[in-house]
Amino acid sequence: MEFRHKDLLGIADLEPEEISLILDTAASFKEISTRPIKKVPTLRGKTVVTLFYEPSTRTRMSFEIAAKRLSADTLNLTVSASSAVKGETLADTAHNLEAMAPDVLVIRHAASGAPHYLAQRLRCGVINAGDGLHEHPTQALLDLLTVREAKSRLDGLKVAIIGDIAHSRVARSNIYAFTKMGSRVTVAGPATMLPPYLETLGAQVTTSLVEAVRDADVIMMLRLQLERMGQMFLSTLREYSQFFGLAPKHLKLAKEDVIIMHPGPLNRGVEISPEVADGPHSLILEQVTNGVAVRMAVLYFLIGGEKG
Amino acid sequence: MSLLIKGGLVVDPSQHLEDPLDLLVERGKIVALEPPGRIPAEGRRVISASDLVVTPGLVDMHVHLREPGEEYKETIESGTRAAIQGGFTGVACMPNTKPVNDNAAVTRLILDQAKAAGHARVYPVGAVSVGSLGQALSEYGDLKAAGVVAVTDDGRPVSNSMLMRRALEYARTFDLPVISHCEDLDLAADGVMHEGAVSLQLGLKGIPAAAEEVMVYRDLTLARLTGARLHIAHVSTAGSVAIIRLAKAMGLPVTAETAPHYFTLTEEAVLGYNTHAKVNPPLRTEMDVKSIKEAIRDGTLDAVACDHAPHSSLEKEVEFTAAAFGLIGLETSLSLTLKLVHDGALNLSQAIGALSTNPAGILGMPGGTLKAGAPADITLIDLNREWTVDASAFASKSRNCPFNGWTLKGKAVMTIVGGEVVWEEEG
Repeated sequence: MEFRHKDLLGIADLEPEEISLILDTAASFKEISTRPIKKVPTLRGKTVVTLFYEPSTRTRMSFEIAAKRLSADTLNLTVSASSAVKGETLADTAHNLEAMAPDVLVIRHAASGAPHYLAQRLRCGVINAGDGLHEHPTQALLDLLTVREAKSRLDGLKVAIIGDIAHSRVARSNIYAFTKMGSRVTVAGPATMLPPYLETLGAQVTTSLVEAVRDADVIMMLRLQLERMGQMFLSTLREYSQFFGLAPKHLKLAKEDVIIMHPGPLNRGVEISPEVADGPHSLILEQVTNGVAVRMAVLYFLIGGEKG
Repeated sequence: MSLLIKGGLVVDPSQHLEDPLDLLVERGKIVALEPPGRIPAEGRRVISASDLVVTPGLVDMHVHLREPGEEYKETIESGTRAAIQGGFTGVACMPNTKPVNDNAAVTRLILDQAKAAGHARVYPVGAVSVGSLGQALSEYGDLKAAGVVAVTDDGRPVSNSMLMRRALEYARTFDLPVISHCEDLDLAADGVMHEGAVSLQLGLKGIPAAAEEVMVYRDLTLARLTGARLHIAHVSTAGSVAIIRLAKAMGLPVTAETAPHYFTLTEEAVLGYNTHAKVNPPLRTEMDVKSIKEAIRDGTLDAVACDHAPHSSLEKEVEFTAAAFGLIGLETSLSLTLKLVHDGALNLSQAIGALSTNPAGILGMPGGTLKAGAPADITLIDLNREWTVDASAFASKSRNCPFNGWTLKGKAVMTIVGGEVVWEEEG
């Protein structure tokens, strides 16, 4: 099995075997982060540029650490949306960066499809670090790795994804990722946040959190973006947390060894109670650790080894 | 100079003709239609139309010529040149120029530029409201006297239902039809494509079919209330078709158009974030496409108009969400409509009716017919000519065409306006 892509734009483009290859490689890279000297020379002389048009701490840092552990040089560019509006186009920014000969460009952008737009125009590899409402493929890969480590398998699991599915690129990438690997995905949220045609992605759909978590092996809570209240997607935070917040009582409905995940950052007391977030079933911090390993693997496949 | 168009198959829905006839043109008017060989050729310029179809000049009742204000996208000269190359002898241009065509001075400028260009006839459409801002009625009487054939706030649809009621009543005063771009802006919100399986997959915000349908229903109800002539622009959904069919069965004075992209493409054309497939209303589903074709066939949709909407690379070579809505169609509209004929969805008379006789009738233009005495606006069509769409060779200044590279069958080969051959295919 080989990884033959120039870019990583979405989970939808990957075969299950390719996903397994990334996960296996990520698992083997994890050990590097436990060494006293957390660095290998694999990507020495390579340049990784991160281009973030949306605020992010975790994902940008995770890519930077991943690149540095493989000895790549990194350069981070954060562009505020307002200056982008006044200034040059996305294509011009990217062409200017490419003129400095990076090996891979990691991009986060509010416009769905922005990484695809760049990938069509640039010779260097492009990694989608989150595009609009579309995909966030490395998040889904790190979630798969976390679940596979905890459960030793992915097929046949019941995975519940709960919250604002409509506005979540994490939800889309995870629906693709888990269904491709043989899990059964159920999504739940208020109907205002469940876009039509979700079942065409292979997910079961319900408006009941209770139904979604029943017998679940994995419960993934999504971050509620607080500005959705002003946009008529929900009434009050109080009511949202009452009907769609994960509390200890819900865990009794799930499998005994259920694991709880969240892509972060948490709204404690809104979509997840502190007892659950900090409790024994939570793998939220393990997700962050695995994020570095998965991004090391992705960088390795796109620019590593003899391909460079 | 008189002109004898000889040996063609004349298709004229206004006279229910689909017969081999020769056509005589004198002093810019049609003088006679006679069985082949009856009209003497001596002293006349003879145009051989053997193996060609001769139709009333095609009319596109919904185009954007961008002048005044956005001449980098299109000018009246380039847009009307695109029209004649696509077989159109007349176009009705929408008022969303800069400034908006909400007064007689802008209307006269458009007509002067069209005359100077000397290609197709141009019929300006005036704005429903001043500046198309949806607040105050513009001067319909003045506009009509200056040459406007209808009013619309196309592109900036009338949200206020009271304004729409008053616009219909005021337009009735001057016997002008109101052309409605039906879109509930609150429901469409910041959607960029049809709300469906593909928008979900691409993570793009959707515009539901309901955003169009609720306004079609509103405007039909208001047409019934006011007795005014209402024309629904660019119908894209099966639901709109069903409501319009019902309204026509009730005898309401309503007409409607669709565009070739709504019977040719679906939401799937957007896959890959193709900005040339970003258009408003958006490309819908297979079910909608089927319904639109059926509605042209049964007359629920009267006209095919391409909603020619030129944009430059500045508006289209950007992220999908940032790209402008719209595509150009004047140079492909006839061929895409003839595809329905080749596929058996329409007969030739229905196609020419939708592209000429019906829109001319709706806007009260003198064309759309080959009756003796009518202006000699004539299109010659080679039904079987295969050609490959090359947007880089278009007369239009813009290139935002989702059909680039397609091979199509059937094409205009000569366009005659007022008895003058304004364009003919080379070779």
